[in-house]
Amino acid sequence: MAMDLNEIETLIKEAIPDAIIEIQDLAGDGNHYSATVTSTEFSGKSKIEQHKMVYNSLKGKMGNELHALAIKTKEQ
Amino acid sequence: MDQPTKDLINNEITNNEVCLFMKGTPEAPQCGFSMAVSNMLKILEVNYKGINVLENQSLREGIKEFSEWPTIPQVYIKGEFVGGCDIFKEMYENGELKKILEDKGISFKK
Repeated sequence: MAMDLNEIETLIKEAIPDAIIEIQDLAGDGNHYSATVTSTEFSGKSKIEQHKMVYNSLKGKMGNELHALAIKTKEQ
Repeated sequence: MDQPTKDLINNEITNNEVCLFMKGTPEAPQCGFSMAVSNMLKILEVNYKGINVLENQSLREGIKEFSEWPTIPQVYIKGEFVGGCDIFKEMYENGELKKILEDKGISFKK
């Protein structure tokens, strides 16, 4: 199973509207991505909470349709 | 998650100062992310227990629910979930990990 890069971006944007998102398809197989997400909504939150926000935005696709997404979060 | 799985996780994270829930074993990891975390712990000479979730399907799903975290590997230090591969790698690189180990009294190579 694979997932489109734009779909990932759309889902994150829906959940974190002010997010600046950079996604890379690491292997070109639609299955291994890395995403850097920058948002004001991360401020005051722990890294674990920040990453959970991104995971939650993907609505359960992480670990299923989406095999690998390396996440980096930054506070704006 | 069933009670035996919950008990198993609780036992592991209580009885081992550093626990790595991973795919494969520290000697033979079966996923690049699990291998990465395992290697960082080895480099720091941290004494940790690797728990292979591929050997136990209910553990594989249960640990995700337990930590409210959708991916594996997962690291626990002194019973506390500290992160998956990305966070662990970030903390390893920026020195935060050494601080956590020190604060929690875990021995490692300085």
